[in-house]
Amino acid sequence: MEDLNFQHQVRARASGTRRSAVVGVVASGNLEVLVERALPDAQCVVDIRTAAMGFGEIWSAVIGDFVERYSPGGLKFSINDGGARPDTVSLRLAQAVRLIAEDGQ
Amino acid sequence: MTASLDDVARAQRARRTSFNEASARTRLELMLDAGSLVEFIGPEQREVSPHLRIFDLPEQFDDGIVVGHARLEGSPVFVAAQEGRFMGGAFGEVHGAKLTGLLRAAREIGSIPVLILFDTGGVRLQEANAGELAIAEIMRAVMEARTAGAKVIGLIGGRSGCYGGGGLIAGCCSALAVSEPGRIAVSGPEVIETNRGVEEFDSRDRALVWRTMGGKHRRLLGAADVFADDTVQDFREAALELIGLVGAFGPDRLKAEHERLAGRLRRFGTCKDAVDIWTAEGVADAETVPDLPADRFIALADRIGRTSRDAR
Repeated sequence: MEDLNFQHQVRARASGTRRSAVVGVVASGNLEVLVERALPDAQCVVDIRTAAMGFGEIWSAVIGDFVERYSPGGLKFSINDGGARPDTVSLRLAQAVRLIAEDGQ
Repeated sequence: MTASLDDVARAQRARRTSFNEASARTRLELMLDAGSLVEFIGPEQREVSPHLRIFDLPEQFDDGIVVGHARLEGSPVFVAAQEGRFMGGAFGEVHGAKLTGLLRAAREIGSIPVLILFDTGGVRLQEANAGELAIAEIMRAVMEARTAGAKVIGLIGGRSGCYGGGGLIAGCCSALAVSEPGRIAVSGPEVIETNRGVEEFDSRDRALVWRTMGGKHRRLLGAADVFADDTVQDFREAALELIGLVGAFGPDRLKAEHERLAGRLRRFGTCKDAVDIWTAEGVADAETVPDLPADRFIALADRIGRTSRDAR
């Protein structure tokens, strides 16, 4: 297992009122993303535990692209990864942002 | 009236969503009254397995099971749903403790039914002792909850089926609903072949596996009480039907169940294949059963009748 951590300054706070949401499952080629509204509005943190070692540069690029595209301010993402491909990671991150943008708990 | 509109939308989605392919969370979201699920020990609490890290294996924040309380057609229910894609839905220490705790809550209250959406290969090998203990605790908790008056309904239609200790727990439930892809057994096909030889059970013969462990056979044998088509809405309706059907539990019901099982062994003990059992049950053209679509199979199973004689 490899632990990775990325911290970004972002333009704007993510919309919605939900406190947390979870998408995906930890399986081969898949991952779960737990997203929590837990940070100051201009910050975004992504914690990753992955079964695939040595892909830090690709994670960095995928997370950088995601933060640029969605501006997920105030959100902390915690990822358990079972060796998902970058496109699956991007999809799950987008799903997580959409889910927490909903109203409710 | 927003709630009822939400429920109409939920039912529409549930009707076109395969139970087999959905995740544990999607099954619960679409099966229960819209927005009614309140989770206990949710993923944000990060109660992960204490064992998987030792083996350098990935964890899941809910340890592969969702437990909580919700409403079904307006009435309160306790629910548990295993995620069959994480570690094959297998029982570990935390995973098992969450289900035990839910069943003990049901025991304390007594009147609220429990729905268990099984999707499991059995005990997680990496935490074998803790997992085996969990199975024993859950079986005891199921029987205590039933004794206290709670109905415990098992719903089986996930990709991992219901194997190993999961099969034992299912055997303790008040009633079971199963779909065609749901399989119920203790030892899996490969385990039987490894231990008893290929003459006993050829695990590569998929048709043999399905007609021995698959949902249709379990329904015809009386192990499962209701056969559901593979949609989330069908499982919701099956759960409601079973909650209405299950009677009071006590020593008489256990005795009746033992008699039913003894009678089953007398009648079918010498049968070499599931097809022989179906023929003995009076099914015409028994070899066509695996090909029957769900609606025709349900009609056939209903014609043969509930084999339970007040026991399952």
